[in-house]
Amino acid sequence: MEYTAPLETYSGSVKEVVIGKGDRSVKVGGENILPLHYFEGKAANRPKIALEIDDNGAAGWSEWVLEPYKDVVADPVKWALKCLDLGADLICLRLESTDPQGANVPAEIAAALVKKVAAEVQTALVVYGCGDDKKDAEVLAAVAAACSGENLLIGPAVKENYEPLAKAVAEHGHCIIAQTPIDINLEKELNVKLLKQLPPERIVIDPLSSALGYGMEYSFTIMERTKQVGVIHGDFAMQIPIIADLGGECWKTNQARAGREQGILWEGITAMSLLLAGANLLVLRHPNNCRMIKEAIDGKL
Amino acid sequence: MAIKGTDIVKKLPEGGKKNCKECGLPTCFAFAMKLASGGIVLEKCPYIDPAVKLELEDALAPPIKPVTVGTGSNAVLAGDEQVLYRHEKTFIHQPAIAFLISDDEPAAAVEEKITRLKELQFAWVGKTLKADMLALRCSSGDPARYGELVTKVCGAVDCPLMLISENTDALLAAHATCADKKPLLYPVTADNIDRFIPVLKSRPSPVALKAATIDALVPLANRLKEAGIEDIFLAPDSADLNSAIRDETLIRRAALKQSFRPLGYPTVAFPCFMTKDRASEMLLAAMFIIKYAGIIVISHVDEQSILPLLVQRMNIYTDPRIPMSMEEKVYPINNPDAASPVLITTNWALTYFIVASEIESSKVPSWLCVKEAGGLGVLTAWAAGKFSGDSIAPFIKKSNIEQQVNHRRLIIPGKVARIRHELTEALPDWEIIVGPREANEIPSYLPNLVKSWKG
Repeated sequence: MEYTAPLETYSGSVKEVVIGKGDRSVKVGGENILPLHYFEGKAANRPKIALEIDDNGAAGWSEWVLEPYKDVVADPVKWALKCLDLGADLICLRLESTDPQGANVPAEIAAALVKKVAAEVQTALVVYGCGDDKKDAEVLAAVAAACSGENLLIGPAVKENYEPLAKAVAEHGHCIIAQTPIDINLEKELNVKLLKQLPPERIVIDPLSSALGYGMEYSFTIMERTKQVGVIHGDFAMQIPIIADLGGECWKTNQARAGREQGILWEGITAMSLLLAGANLLVLRHPNNCRMIKEAIDGKL
Repeated sequence: MAIKGTDIVKKLPEGGKKNCKECGLPTCFAFAMKLASGGIVLEKCPYIDPAVKLELEDALAPPIKPVTVGTGSNAVLAGDEQVLYRHEKTFIHQPAIAFLISDDEPAAAVEEKITRLKELQFAWVGKTLKADMLALRCSSGDPARYGELVTKVCGAVDCPLMLISENTDALLAAHATCADKKPLLYPVTADNIDRFIPVLKSRPSPVALKAATIDALVPLANRLKEAGIEDIFLAPDSADLNSAIRDETLIRRAALKQSFRPLGYPTVAFPCFMTKDRASEMLLAAMFIIKYAGIIVISHVDEQSILPLLVQRMNIYTDPRIPMSMEEKVYPINNPDAASPVLITTNWALTYFIVASEIESSKVPSWLCVKEAGGLGVLTAWAAGKFSGDSIAPFIKKSNIEQQVNHRRLIIPGKVARIRHELTEALPDWEIIVGPREANEIPSYLPNLVKSWKG
């Protein structure tokens, strides 16, 4: 019996999404292979790493992940610049302070901050709201308007608020994050709805990333299936890049908070797993993981 | 690709039309279908042609051979996997984690690793997570020194072993001292395979084949199979993460999709030889857990490195077809008494686990009522009508919580604050308190709440 390498090629390919503008833009997606299968084809873009910052001085962050940023967390601009120095491909700014359960900062103040960061830090930006669907609709629409033309990646758009958000995103030239609660059917449903308002090149899927030990296998399998449905089976509504917003989920676990090395690995192993599942863009907190996962993406780990 | 029942039936006596019923099934077709699904053995057919029997035995054998390392209840079983992706069915035998010990390490370091293998055990939602094996490596090049290490370890711990030596004399000599433990021998290469065959025939032990490419592994596996040796692992010498993903993927595909027998064996992976950096080693090991390794050898064995890896292995090897849910009942946490607070949540195992671990870390003795809700989280269960006032009230009544506590205060998840009113109506004796939205707020919330009760 002769051995013939069982190489596979697929007809489907993930759309390429461009975030940011000009020479500071970052491209994600565009592959027609399974995750990291560079031996069977080419990926137009390898996965990218965003380091996360917030507008709330890193309140509640574990000491182990705060260490590298201690002197800059009060100033999102300095914090973002530091993240770029540490090797991030782009920055994820979370508008934590807008949470009605917390500081409840009004939309226009949050929007002004995003505008400032976008102007002063030459980088592609992901902007996440606080996760309250009503407040997010208000805040993110204001962000979209204030940063018109910056081509931010804005979210989360959920089934309760996607319509006005997609409208604002389309009007002001941004991209949108479609978020659904760890359910591939709901994920597709929201994609189909958004595709009526936006081209696929302006959408990124967030199927929710659970941390290691707290349901990571659900996120893993949904991402893996999403990628296969898009690439192998050619489902248009699933040929959309995936964002794995995992840093915050990992660092809030007791296990990550228990010690520096364990914390870094809690995030690192979650990131490695979701990278292999098919994430195109990973949101991390610790710079060591940014470095190591980039090495993994380049195959050099 | 496994053989189909419709293909088997043609090979049965009289082209599958004999229908003698002596196997206990009404027709040859039924027998063939049951054979294909593994529900019956070939021996049940008294009339089968011996040549056909051999052919079918080969076709019905698992596409990836199960191979055992070690003996007794600690033995490690690898192989027998059936899918490339866990959502297609499930991954079955989680990879064994082996700690690497070299014979040039100081005695204290050796002792330390043996102790860690024995003692590093972690409790996780009703399971115990631990590493499985020791991999003993001859780095000194001195067979006598290596022999001492192997003897010492054999005397100190009863776990499956892997013996590693580029020096074949040292490897075979060490094997001779512990062959009854069925250690895994590595490496068997094109250069030394002839020396292993007679040894393995007289004192069988599993072996791991090493070659630079997958193509080069094939003749080695064939060679052993011709000699009647099938307890084989494959160890492609992958230099980095990219080539490891390629090699593991192609081996798994060749076995499952092409039924290519020479690659139908489990693999051994060596993150320990791919990097010196601790964290990088763990990330490589995590990759190999997802990408098909049967045994993974690591050199850094501290608690903070091992726990995340073991949890990832548990996550990836959890059967996705079985929803994880908890039994509906009242769980005592931190030794509660009659005055302790009562909380309620749904029975998705993850919800339970997160809430229970936060209550634990709050150090407040509490009763956690877990309500059957189809294994859903709090919000989804509410949306599905499985976590409403109407359904919670009967559960509270029939659980014996009202006998266990001397108060009537029930804390509900903040995410379902809206059921407070209906629950108050359904449970008129109880004061319904809206708790935090997120479990991680419990450690600050609970102590303050209890303090306020005490006034």
